[in-house]
Amino acid sequence: MSLLQITNMSKTFGGLRAVSDFSISLEGQELIALIGPNGAGKTTVFNMVSGFYSPTEGSLVFKGKNLAGLKPHQVTALGIARTFQNIRLWHDMTVLENIQISQHYNLGYNLLDAFLRSGRYMKNEKRLTDRGYEILEALDLKAFALEKPKNLPYGLQRRVEIARALSINPSLLLLDEPAAGLNSADVKDLIKLIKWIHGEFKIAIWMIEHQMDVVMSLCSWIKVIDFGVTIAEGTPEQIQKNPDVIKAYLGDENI
Amino acid sequence: MLASIIQNLFNAFQWGSFYSLIALGYTLVYGVLRLINFAHGDIFMVGAYIAFFIATAILGMAMSLPGWMVLAMVIPATMILTALVGVSLERIAYRPLRRKGAHRLYVVITALMCGLVLENGNLALLGASRKSFPELVDKVVYSIGDVSMTNLKIGVVLSAVLVFIFLQFIVTKTKIGMAMRAISYDKFAVPLMGIPIDTVIVFTFILGSSFAGLAGLLFALSYPILDPYMGAMVGWKAFIAAVVGGIGDIRGAFLGGFLLGFVEILVVAVFPSTYRDLIAFAILMVILCIKPTGMFGVAGTTKI
Amino acid sequence: MQKLTVPTLLLAMTGVVVFMSHQEYIDLYIQSVIMFMGVNIILSSSFNIVNGYMGEFACGHAGFMAVGAYVTSILNVMLFTDDKVFGNALLSPELAVFLFPVTLLVGGVAAALAGVLVAIPSFKTRDDYLAIITIAANYIIISTIINMDSIGGARGFMGMKKVLFAMDDSLSVPWILIWVMVFTIGTVFIIRRFVSSTYGKGIIAIKQDEVAAEIMSVNTNRMKLVAFMLSSGLAGIAGGLFAHILGYINPNSFGILKSTECLVMVYLGGMGSLSGSVLSAIIFTLLLESLRFVLPWMDTVLHYAHLLPDGYELSQVWKWVIIPLILILLMQFRPEGIMGNRELSDIFPGLKRFYSFK
Repeated sequence: MSLLQITNMSKTFGGLRAVSDFSISLEGQELIALIGPNGAGKTTVFNMVSGFYSPTEGSLVFKGKNLAGLKPHQVTALGIARTFQNIRLWHDMTVLENIQISQHYNLGYNLLDAFLRSGRYMKNEKRLTDRGYEILEALDLKAFALEKPKNLPYGLQRRVEIARALSINPSLLLLDEPAAGLNSADVKDLIKLIKWIHGEFKIAIWMIEHQMDVVMSLCSWIKVIDFGVTIAEGTPEQIQKNPDVIKAYLGDENI
Repeated sequence: MLASIIQNLFNAFQWGSFYSLIALGYTLVYGVLRLINFAHGDIFMVGAYIAFFIATAILGMAMSLPGWMVLAMVIPATMILTALVGVSLERIAYRPLRRKGAHRLYVVITALMCGLVLENGNLALLGASRKSFPELVDKVVYSIGDVSMTNLKIGVVLSAVLVFIFLQFIVTKTKIGMAMRAISYDKFAVPLMGIPIDTVIVFTFILGSSFAGLAGLLFALSYPILDPYMGAMVGWKAFIAAVVGGIGDIRGAFLGGFLLGFVEILVVAVFPSTYRDLIAFAILMVILCIKPTGMFGVAGTTKI
Repeated sequence: MQKLTVPTLLLAMTGVVVFMSHQEYIDLYIQSVIMFMGVNIILSSSFNIVNGYMGEFACGHAGFMAVGAYVTSILNVMLFTDDKVFGNALLSPELAVFLFPVTLLVGGVAAALAGVLVAIPSFKTRDDYLAIITIAANYIIISTIINMDSIGGARGFMGMKKVLFAMDDSLSVPWILIWVMVFTIGTVFIIRRFVSSTYGKGIIAIKQDEVAAEIMSVNTNRMKLVAFMLSSGLAGIAGGLFAHILGYINPNSFGILKSTECLVMVYLGGMGSLSGSVLSAIIFTLLLESLRFVLPWMDTVLHYAHLLPDGYELSQVWKWVIIPLILILLMQFRPEGIMGNRELSDIFPGLKRFYSFK
């Protein structure tokens, strides 16, 4: 059984077809990329996978479960985590709190426990803190646990966001332009980080990325969309030579 | 039976005209600044009081003047003075916040508080005694069958329609109207295009407040008892009308005002009149839950 | 040991105040000021859950207060007193002493259920539209009460003094003062535990980035429901206490002006600061009470200096000009309020030895 099976997924916004007939199948541990010119509908695809938009047509099946009608937090609880193009951390809370709050799908206690500070509350709060430190340690962020993200450099914020996404134990990690806004040294670190995560956590990673060096050095399979339509897919070598892709990126007359 | 229906329809038109006139002011300011000017209902009240003071002053000086001449002087004077109140509110309370780039929330709270200051300030200064507005227009009753209408009521409906046509013209056909629409799209790009943003905003407040003043005057002529809280409820209702129509849209505010007028007259015809406010607010709640953007509003999309 | 300092201090303070009231060392006026302070602390800190911690803009807190006030009052009058409308007491008046906190909680639950009225629209709307919804809800609640003739309608509802007398007959201590203090401390306690738990921090996440909260597995709709219900429920309890302090309630005393008081207190104290809410409630109560004396005094002075015309009297209405003005000035010059989103223990780190906020 495949991890994620998307069949003929389409999304229309008031007559505008943002994504049409998008299909993909992930087995479990791939590292793939979705590329395409600006406004091609890449983030819309991610928004549908993570539950923010419901597809106009088509189906999404994750771990044998149909995602139709699920809210984003339910999709996340099933094991799809994501990051955002423009970093969306809770900037006025500490890095550790950012991780702890992301464990909402698995708190292990309820409101009454919180009021009473019951044994269950104490035990689980400790577990959440341990989990936070564990994931921060794994990603070399432990030193910043009590800092606020807004005070961290951009590259580290990106790292914190990835740590936060990993903290929910995902089977699929969606990275929306992880290299956006990073300088070249940070990009090198990022490539190393993603490679390491892929090897260490044994999860599927699916990224949207504009920087071709990142895509080419990481991904084994690339899917290209333009105006919502899939125009090519294949290995990095195949994509680099594909005339349709070149046309989409550079325009017609350049050929 | 038919006559009473037509009579009620006509009353609803007149009642709705007040809502329309005030709702237009809400919608203008919202359309440009994305600010709900919660003080607008109280500007309407201030307009009524200004009209009262001017009218009594003129009558005090020249008793012999005919009513229509007094009215001809009171109308522009009221509109100008009320516009002044609206503009000073903008200058004193809203503009400094806008300059500082304060969160919208703070501006909304300020607007709400300015309304309370106007209401209670009025009460504190003038006392609780109600003012009765002098009768400027000789009432003429036109009866067609069992349906009767007065010249005053016809005037009210006509003014609302004229104001609507005027505003629609300003916003869609003139240069400053174009600037107003541009500001609502992008507050940051507009100054770069050489449009004097503050002038446009002041102009918006002049338009909105002067017509609130006109509404206050017409209201005082129709229901000649003034009290400091008269603007609160009418203002809220007009605001409902603007939301129902789709706040930010001039057609919406105009039609929404009439719609609310009809609903209220209908409610009073069926239920005890104390249910009027309850039902008006319940309608607001339902509309906001089902279609928050109103009849003509366009849904804003959140970008993720 | 040091962790227990604060509870001990609070207990001692309650004891002292109750004892002094019982012995009539402090008169009824001071007692009522203390009680209003308590009610205001409940109001401002509970309102802070929604407007401060969750960053929504609700404006109708007084509506929920009205629900709590009416439900608790009607229950108590029905159960423990002989009333013209509700007939003879259903239970023995001696039970009032024990059941008073229960009826208060029932009023709180009723108010919490009314809170659902605004919580559900808040799933989809924010900011000014939510403000409208909450104001509309406030008006709807008040209009509904006005239209219910059996509970007095616009005339108001009374009989709560008899409930207090019934309690006093059982044991003569200042019961209402005790319950105000108990519920005030309890409220602050509960809110502190809520917002310092990872569960409760979900609402802070909603304030800072709702999209991120939803994507990181926070059930934002449920959190909003919890926050609104908790906030309005506590307001309901405040309403119940308020009704019994006054002994008489009127739907119009829970109007937009009362909600404005709550807004002033929250923004004066600082959004998302519990100690700020408590402080501002105390300051605000004192300010209101002092205006009661200052205004006539100013009236005399200004008349003496011939700054005011003879026929004009500086009335208490000026209070309602001054209070909105305070908020306007606050928005202009210090929109973050007294405390911002910090707690007392952030400003005076020494306090951390005695109580830890996190």
